[in-house]
Amino acid sequence: MDGEKQKKCTLVVCSGDMDKVFAAFAIATGAAAMGYEVVMFFTFWGLKSIQKGGPTGRGLFGRMLSLVNRGGISRIGPSRLNMGGMGRWMFKKMMKNKGVASLPELRQTAIDLGVRMIACQMSMDVMEIRREDLIPEISDCVGAAYMVQEAGESETNLYI
Amino acid sequence: MTEELTSDLKLDLKGLMCPLPVVKMAQAIKKVEIGQVIEAEATDLGVLADILAWSKSTGNEMVKTAKEGKVIRFWVKRLK
Repeated sequence: MDGEKQKKCTLVVCSGDMDKVFAAFAIATGAAAMGYEVVMFFTFWGLKSIQKGGPTGRGLFGRMLSLVNRGGISRIGPSRLNMGGMGRWMFKKMMKNKGVASLPELRQTAIDLGVRMIACQMSMDVMEIRREDLIPEISDCVGAAYMVQEAGESETNLYI
Repeated sequence: MTEELTSDLKLDLKGLMCPLPVVKMAQAIKKVEIGQVIEAEATDLGVLADILAWSKSTGNEMVKTAKEGKVIRFWVKRLK
């Protein structure tokens, strides 16, 4: 259509906190709406926001981790003031009252806009999270080199 | 001095907050022809800055803005 190369934006999502994941999806969605090619790389705690939410882990530590740190985008709480889940509930209510999209809705919007979501194979292995434990929209499980290459092609690389 | 701008599509973004206004605008712009104008109403205070950036990035143009109380109205012309 036009001779210009499509601009690219990459995000490394290492945090599993609601506020940080929200910022990641908001920026990713905004960039996609502006015509950018967007890639989100989920690693470590970021995996929580792309897990289906079921139990994970095979060994003792893996299963212990799964018990105290259940994944799933509806379960993640703010980085501070979570207060045992109370803060998460309050933030969700405040956001709803102000007409802000919820996290699951925002993630779906990102998917609908063609944002590419990839997962870090290494942290999946460490935390004993399998591909089947992640939402099906994850296109690939990759490593650092792949991520660095994507970032090298992009105008904007964000670490969240 | 102010001429009424005719619009080809009306977009209600009232009550929606970032990033939804730009997302909806990106979806709506595909529904109009090149040269046509979308008239939108929003309440998000940051919407003009966002839509301006979106317009620059996508090659469209925000041709007019107006503020009526709490409602921010703006017109975007599809150029590409």
